[in-house]
Formats: sequence, structure tokens, C-alpha cells
Amino acid sequence: MNRRATQESPAARVALVTLTILLLLILLLLPLVVVFSEALMRGFGAMVDSLAETDSIAAIRLTMIVAAVTVPLNAVCGVAAAWCIGRFRFPGRGLLVTLIELPFSVSPVISGLVWVLLFGANGWLGPILNRAGMHIIFAVPGLILATTFVTFPFVARTLIPLMEHQGAAEEEAALTLGASGWQTFWRVTLPNIRWGLLYGVLLCNARAMGEFGAVAVVSGHIRGQTMTMPLQVEALFNDYDWVGAFTIAGLLSLLALATLAVKASLEWRIGQRSEALL
Amino acid sequence: MSVELRDLRKAFGHVTALDDVSLTIAPGEFLALLGPSGSGKTTLLRVLAGLEFPDSGEVVIDNRSMHGVPARQRGVGFVFQHYALFRHMTVARNIAFGINVRPRHRRPKAREIRARVQSLLDLMEIGHLGQRYPEQISGGQRQRVALARALAIEPKLLLLDEPFGALDAKVRKNLRIWLRMLHDKMGLTSIFVTHDQTEAMEMADRIAVLRSGRIEEVGPPAKLYAEPASIFVHEFLGESVRFSGTVADGRMRVDALPDVGTATCSPSGPAVALIRPHEIGLLPGPGPARCERQETLGPLRRTRISVLDQAFDVLTPDGMWTPAVGQTCRLDLTRARVYPAADDRPG
Repeated sequence: MNRRATQESPAARVALVTLTILLLLILLLLPLVVVFSEALMRGFGAMVDSLAETDSIAAIRLTMIVAAVTVPLNAVCGVAAAWCIGRFRFPGRGLLVTLIELPFSVSPVISGLVWVLLFGANGWLGPILNRAGMHIIFAVPGLILATTFVTFPFVARTLIPLMEHQGAAEEEAALTLGASGWQTFWRVTLPNIRWGLLYGVLLCNARAMGEFGAVAVVSGHIRGQTMTMPLQVEALFNDYDWVGAFTIAGLLSLLALATLAVKASLEWRIGQRSEALL
Repeated sequence: MSVELRDLRKAFGHVTALDDVSLTIAPGEFLALLGPSGSGKTTLLRVLAGLEFPDSGEVVIDNRSMHGVPARQRGVGFVFQHYALFRHMTVARNIAFGINVRPRHRRPKAREIRARVQSLLDLMEIGHLGQRYPEQISGGQRQRVALARALAIEPKLLLLDEPFGALDAKVRKNLRIWLRMLHDKMGLTSIFVTHDQTEAMEMADRIAVLRSGRIEEVGPPAKLYAEPASIFVHEFLGESVRFSGTVADGRMRVDALPDVGTATCSPSGPAVALIRPHEIGLLPGPGPARCERQETLGPLRRTRISVLDQAFDVLTPDGMWTPAVGQTCRLDLTRARVYPAADDRPG
């Protein structure tokens, strides 16, 4: 029999492929189908009606606000951190890398709890801020803080290896050609990392909109005020409002699908570029 | 444009990169900084460009101190080792970069910039590549683009870091001659870093040999090759055969060859004699040297000689007497240069 050592028998191959496809169907596709079919259970009209509920609209708006603040903030901080780490050697550099990755290794619930301990009514700074009329926990700033913390690593983590790999030579070339620091950043650094940055921002955004654990701790679940979309899904589900819960879940799923599509095309694009560079 | 380096020192942590470097470069000169890796030559070039700052000492370009002058205000052309072309810009935009970043009142009109870029492309003999991206052109072409980009800001001083390091032998040879001609044509002052001694010998007006952050010797290539001041320079520039021995009463005695003596003004004591393979004379007669092998290489003959535990090649012009394989002979080392053995510190 003329078969390579690394090849399985045809029967084994068919079995493995079938098993994989079956698992994918059950674990990934089926939940997606369920989400949309549950949302459409009472027809398209009922779904649209549930979206028009004030609480749901408030949840969607709040999620947008949180993402709109968090994502640009993390993009800017992520680029700055990656630039620092990718370009310079300094004492404490390793520690900084570890710190940036910390949110990935900490449970989201802890990430939320930290803020409660800091800014809660009985926290370190909470009483002072409350007296000054500033409310962080159970309010929008808390949601933003928790989300920012959880999603911080995405941009920096994508950019650090990229910037280390690219090196500083092009930036130095720009300097010797008379460009200022800003000109160098806008004309050389940013264009070189744009695809990686977009990729990081995309992942950051997906997580910012979908984050549940950390947000749940700091939210306080005030309907119409501090409920983001994932929290609203849970609340509606607990109210036995299937259509409402699954409609918002469906929205989140669509977001996930769109993210996946853009991410795939970006990966394809980055892959093409790095192949061309070889 | 003249360049003067005064007592430059630079350390990275505990590693000394430049150790009291002083050097004057005349306008129009083509100077090679030659040395093994880690000798500080690239650091020196980067200090000149303003990409590194010296711990102490001064760089003076065109009679103006560069102290506190950032890279972007020096107007010095720099060609990077791996070219560092802007990968997301076309060749034409790469070359125009230095002009495009000027403040608006000093920036020529778009049409003028285009014309200037095209004339630079033509000068580099790559006129048809303007719309390509760096990744779409060959190494030799990238080298020319990097040069055009550096020249676009009309520098008087051009710095090149291992300009031919990443090219294959044939392209390298052509580019060398071409670059030297370009330098002369444009009236530039150029300083280039290399670890390849043939490259330095072939292109430079003067060579500065660097070793562990110090300038070991500066001079025209022919002088450095013929009369190197130290063991290091002798062995770094071209091939050397080494004999150890002792100097007494103005004569060098080689340990392995008791009957061979060379007159020298080196001080008495342990010494090292260095000689080029073509400077060794082969004389008929019984002696300690034995011919091991022999080949003819065009106009030269290469004879492998062994003396005690040492073996080396001797090059003689075709037609000169040489021993047959297995035959013994005497050696003439009168053209050897003698250095005190104390100079022989590891590089």
C-alpha cells in the first residue's frame, strides 16, 4: 500500500472529519440557530417590538457609550504601551509586559470587584467621592472603568510583537530625513502598524460590548440606567421574556459574526503582506 | 563639508562602544570605518547622524558643534544597513519623504518635487521603478532607492552603514564602483562603515581601523596595507604570516628559523614578525622549510610551506624558483615587519 507515514487510513480520516464537523455544529452553529429562532419565535414583529422597549434601547445605548469611550482609550494607551515596549529597553520592561497581560489572567469578576473595593460606598475612595457628588460604582463611570481594565491587553498585545519585529530603523530613517516626532508617528509608525492596530481594536471592541462578569459586579443592575446589553439579556431571561432576551442576544451574535468576518479578512490581508515580505 | 570628532566616548551599560575617538575628515573625502563586529564603527556613525548621543566629546560638522542638535536638524544623509525603506510607500514617495516633511514655506511645489524625484531616480539608473513598492524590487535596487532618498535632502555629508552587506558578490562589486563615482560627481563627503577590508581598500581615500571602540590607525589604504602600525591592523588588512621570536641588537631572530635574521628598529625583547604571503622569499638550499604542495593560480604560484609545527602559503610570480614538493628550502624574511610582542593583545 502506497501511503505516507503521516497519513491515516481513509476510514479514520472520514471518521475524524465527521466528528469535528459534528462537534462544530453542536457547539457553535446550534446555539446560534437557537438564538435567532427563539428571537423570531413570535414573529418578526414581536422581535422589533421588544427592541423598541425603552429598557432595551437604553441597554443598547449604554453598550455603545461604554465601547465608544473604552475602545479609543485602549487604542491610544495600547499604541503608547506597545511603542514603549517595542522600541526601548529599560528596567522594569518585563514587569510592564506582565502587567499589561494581567487582565487576561484575572477572572473578570475580580476585575469588577477591584473597582468596587476602590470606589464602592465602603471602599477606599468611595466615601470621599460620594461626598463630592461623584458616583463611580453602580454608574456609567464604573462600567467604563471595568470594561477598560478587562479589554486593555488586546491592542497592546497585538502590537508589541509587530513593533518589535519591525524595529525602529524606519523611524530613524524618517528622523534623519528631517521629520519631526509627530510626522514620524503619523507618516511612518502608524501606517506600518495600521492592520495590526485595526485587528486589536476589533477584538477590543468585541470584548467591550460582550463583557459580562466585570460589568455585572459594578453595574448594580438598575434597569434603564446601568444595564449593558449582556446584562439586559440576563435580566430579560430571568423575567421569562424569551423574545426580548434572545433578540438582544441575537444582536450581540450578529456583532460577533461581523467581527469574525472582518477579523478573518484582516488575517488574510496580514498573511498576504507578510508572505510578500519574505 | 569638514567633520571633526573630538574625544568621543560612549558606553552602553558596562560595554564601551567608543573610547576616546578623535578624527578629522576633510571636505570631499571618502572615509571607511573598518573594524570587526563590535568595534564601535556603527555606533560612531550613529553618533555622527544624531541617532545616538555621546557620553562626552564633541561632533563638529562644517565648523558647527552638533551638541544638542537632533538628527532631523543635521541635514546628514544616512543609508541604513537594511535600507529601512518605508514599506507602505512607493519608491517615489520614499524618495520624496525628506522634501515632503519640510514646513510648508520651505517645501517646493508638487510638480517640482515630482521632477526632483524623477531626476534622482534617473541618476540612480532606476527611472522606471517609481511606482513600485520596496518589497517588489531587488536588493540592489533597494540600495539605490535608499541612497536616492538620503540624497533627496541634498546633504553635504553622507553616512552609509554597511551599504553592501546584504547584496550578493556581483551586485556588490558593480555598486561599489558606481557609488564611488557618484560620490566624486556630487562632491559629497562620505563616511561608510564596513567589516570587509577589500571593500574599504577599493573605495576609500582613507581608512580608519577601529578596534574595541578605539581608532587603531588612520591612513590611505595603500599605506595601511604596506606599513601597518600594529599587529592588529597588519592581520586585519590582508593576509599575514606570523613568526614569533626575539629582537636583540637591532636584529629579529625567529624561533623556528635560527639562521634567519631581519634588521629592525624595534626595541629588544620578545617580538612578532609579520609578512604577507607574496613578500616571503624562497631560496634554494638545505633549510628547515619544506614544500608540501604547489598550485599555479594564473600568473602566481602558491607553495604550501611547513616549518616545524607551522604551515603557510607563499605566493610567487610564475617563473621564480620554487622548491619541488617534498624538497627543502631556505626562507627570506627581510621584508617582514617586526612588532614588540607586548602589542599583541587580543582584539
